[in-house]
Amino acid sequence: MVRYLVSFGLFAILVALLAVGLGHDPRRIPSPLIGKPAPQFSLPELAHPERTLSRKDLLGKVTLFNVWASWCVSCRDEMRVLDALAKSGVVPIYGLNYKDHRTAALEWLKAFGNPYVVNAFDQAGRVAINWGVYGVPETFVVDAKGIIRYKQIGPITPYALNRKILPLVRRLQEEARR
Amino acid sequence: MIPEVGQFALMLALGLALVQATLPLLGAWRGVPEWIAVARPAARAQSLFVLLALLCLTYAFLTNDFSVAYVAENSNTALPWFYRIGAVWGAHEGSLLLWASILSVWTLVVTFRSRSLPPDFTARVLGVMGWVSVGFLLFMLIASNPFTRMFPVPLNGRDLNPLLQNPGLVLHPPLLYMGYVGFVVPFAFAISALLDGRLDAAWARWSRPWTTAAWLFLTLGIAVGSWWSYSVLGWGGWWFWDPVENASFMPWLVGTALIHSLAVTDKRGAFKSWTVLLAIFAFSLSLLGTFLVRSGVLVSVHAFATDPRRGIFILMFLAVVVGLSLLLYAWRAPTVKGGGNFHVLSRETLLLVNNVLLISAAFAVLLGTLYPLILEGMAVGKISVGPPYFNTVFVPLTLPIVFLAAIGAGVRWKQQKLRPLLRYLWPPFVVCLAAGIGFSIWYTGEVRALVIVAVVSAFWVMLLSARDIWGRIRRNLAGANRWYRVPRHVLGMTLAHFGLGVFVLGVTLAGTGSMEKDVNMAPGDSVSLAGYTFRFEGVTKLRGPNYTATQGAVSVSRDGHRVALLHPQKRVYIVQTSPMTEAGIQSGLFRDLYVSLGDPTGGGAWAMRIYYKPMVRWIWLGALFMALGGLVAALDRRYRLTVARGAAPAPRTPVPPAHPVPVSPGNP
Amino acid sequence: MRRLYPLLLLLLLMPAVPAVRAASPAAAPTVPTSGFTNPREDARYHALLKNLRCLVCQNESLQDSQAGLAKDLRREVRDQMRQGKSNRDIVRYLVARYGDFVLYRPPLMHSTYLLWFGPFIGLLIGIVVLVALVRKRARAPDGEPPPDGARKRLVELLRDREGPKT
Repeated sequence: MVRYLVSFGLFAILVALLAVGLGHDPRRIPSPLIGKPAPQFSLPELAHPERTLSRKDLLGKVTLFNVWASWCVSCRDEMRVLDALAKSGVVPIYGLNYKDHRTAALEWLKAFGNPYVVNAFDQAGRVAINWGVYGVPETFVVDAKGIIRYKQIGPITPYALNRKILPLVRRLQEEARR
Repeated sequence: MIPEVGQFALMLALGLALVQATLPLLGAWRGVPEWIAVARPAARAQSLFVLLALLCLTYAFLTNDFSVAYVAENSNTALPWFYRIGAVWGAHEGSLLLWASILSVWTLVVTFRSRSLPPDFTARVLGVMGWVSVGFLLFMLIASNPFTRMFPVPLNGRDLNPLLQNPGLVLHPPLLYMGYVGFVVPFAFAISALLDGRLDAAWARWSRPWTTAAWLFLTLGIAVGSWWSYSVLGWGGWWFWDPVENASFMPWLVGTALIHSLAVTDKRGAFKSWTVLLAIFAFSLSLLGTFLVRSGVLVSVHAFATDPRRGIFILMFLAVVVGLSLLLYAWRAPTVKGGGNFHVLSRETLLLVNNVLLISAAFAVLLGTLYPLILEGMAVGKISVGPPYFNTVFVPLTLPIVFLAAIGAGVRWKQQKLRPLLRYLWPPFVVCLAAGIGFSIWYTGEVRALVIVAVVSAFWVMLLSARDIWGRIRRNLAGANRWYRVPRHVLGMTLAHFGLGVFVLGVTLAGTGSMEKDVNMAPGDSVSLAGYTFRFEGVTKLRGPNYTATQGAVSVSRDGHRVALLHPQKRVYIVQTSPMTEAGIQSGLFRDLYVSLGDPTGGGAWAMRIYYKPMVRWIWLGALFMALGGLVAALDRRYRLTVARGAAPAPRTPVPPAHPVPVSPGNP
Repeated sequence: MRRLYPLLLLLLLMPAVPAVRAASPAAAPTVPTSGFTNPREDARYHALLKNLRCLVCQNESLQDSQAGLAKDLRREVRDQMRQGKSNRDIVRYLVARYGDFVLYRPPLMHSTYLLWFGPFIGLLIGIVVLVALVRKRARAPDGEPPPDGARKRLVELLRDREGPKT
């Protein structure tokens, strides 16, 4: 009897696995950069091409690093959440404008709001590749030492902000103060 | 109005399916003939109502009834009528209706072709099939209704996914589902036999033609799908080990194992409990495939729009159907007694080896398909399992099958003496070895072990199959029989094995001999590949019924003579603006010339991908041979228990000889 | 029968399958999309891309995908090849950014042992069971086993069917 139950047992395991699988989005690719130092970069600023923004500017404080583009529809949805967050002043938001046109990007900021401390302009998309970006928007939480601690793939929803990002930011700020 | 009829037909069908699923099973259990008698009429009525629903949906498509949400989402007035028929199963809801309809077709066929079976057995079979119908009809009515109305009614539909606008859509899903769903019949036979407690050789005999029929459709369906992706996707591949492809391939592998194992159970009464388990597996994998395609747990090219709630329903259904079947199996199988004895060298042993290899191969495909899911479920990273994995693991597991298939057909049941067998085999083996090695080295220009093994195996199975048939014909010529009198199941098997050889040869030679070039070409440029000169003549604009296209013209010449003018296209469909490639192909028995158009690269130049693909048609040719073999075998008279009216007096010995005398290595 | 072999051989070989090595006369130079005029480099480039997965569409290799990121990554691969980086370097570069997901051939590591060896372990188990079974069956005494109920039933069934007609 037991011998004949083997296939049932294996099948039960299979069903359990599939049930777990239903809860995952197969398109979401976890970043291997979590826990690693944020990649070096040095790019012209979006609004002031003569100035540069680099990794150094992110250090010494917990930051959000948000990758966006004016051609990206869901970035627009995200903007409301980011704007509110910027007004609350909890955490500075740095932007990486990805494969965009400078004028289009600046107009977009005028039209939909500008939550960013400053934006880097990554026209060729090279820096984004170094950060492992595969779709916009994406948002990284970077701690005071410049280590990537979390990556949000897709727009930041209020749920993700309140449940994941803000608690993490507060904890990291605590850590930095100590 | 018509959509409501369809909706109503589905509800009626559900009611009837419930009757079909309960009364006959109870009747067979309690021995109530009246309840048993309900099985046929209920099953027929249920099936007809499901088919009526399918007709209603087709009608809605043909008449552009955009008040039906499913039609509005998947059709358009500009869509040609034959694609509107294909669009009926072009997305989730409709293809589910196709699933149910094909189940109905099989149910109908069972009701008509089962008169010779004991009524209680038929009642159980139809009851089990009824439960499957109940599941799918419930699913459709609860979570995937194709007849849901939409308000306000849109002026026009959102058109069929451009990827699907291909003749393949009209053929591939019905054929594939005929195969996939067809495994429900051997499954129902197996469950009935388990319920009955009489798992015997008769059950195996009854199951054989059904299994072979389902298998032949599945073979055709997979082949058409592969041909379709070859001509549309533009990367010149014919198989990508995509999860959805694997979902149809696993039942095929297990179905193939089942066909062979049924042969042993039928002829020798052996391995009954193993065979019944395979019958359960084959259908379970069909259900698993349905789950994988529709739940969105895996990323795939042709996954349907996904919705986890649907996934939950199918998973629950899968768990109940397969779980109960396996429990029933665990309860009943231990009482089954093994059949006759056999020697180490016998056809039984070889068929067992075939089963072990096929099941290992199916396991490899299953593991590769589900592994990303497993790792993600255990939160240990995310990986991709792609063609390099499958090619590495799958080939060594399956090549021995090709080699053994040739031998197995000539080995006797029960006991085969080694020396006559060797005497029978060595001359062709030497020929194949020499020819295979010589040919491979000439063809590839180098010594590549895997190519040599594959080519030798392919020659081997082709040669021995041909010789087998030839031997029978010769003995017929010498004897009293008409020369073409070869038992159909033998002829079918031999054809299928021959097809396997053709297929392997095609895969190997197309795989190693393909050449490709990715080039930027301006009009007037030419490039040479494999002795052919491809000259880009320029592009023109075209308008199709529901798309605009840029069509390139590429003339191909060889030694100064023009051999082909290819027209690769890049289409933009008007409603869903995604660009589509349509490769320009000139096919031939020994080589395909294939061009696909990329993006313009400025200055009138285009990126273009050019392929020379030798022997690629043999891949599908091989599959055709296999399917043809299946057809011939399924039609063998020995599976028809009724004797044709007006035929010559039935033979005195009703059971066909248990040792169909092979082109006999035993008695030279 | 034996006379037939040379004939069959001929039949098998007769198709004038153009050998792969067919000489290709030099034609007007066209630019490969890779930009590598050296055919070996070009081949290496495509072979590398074929086994890398596009992250945007996820069902196509980097070679076939038309997505913007795929184009950028192709450019990156080209640049690195020009800098003389090895395939291993380039793959490591991509894996560091996107994880093992980009590899169509999963690397051999602790978590993939089961994937790579599972099928062969399965085969081994199958063979062990098979050997045990065959030995058990072969050890039993010779001769046809008494027809079990099944076969008898089949015989009866057939007789019932055919009986009235004879």
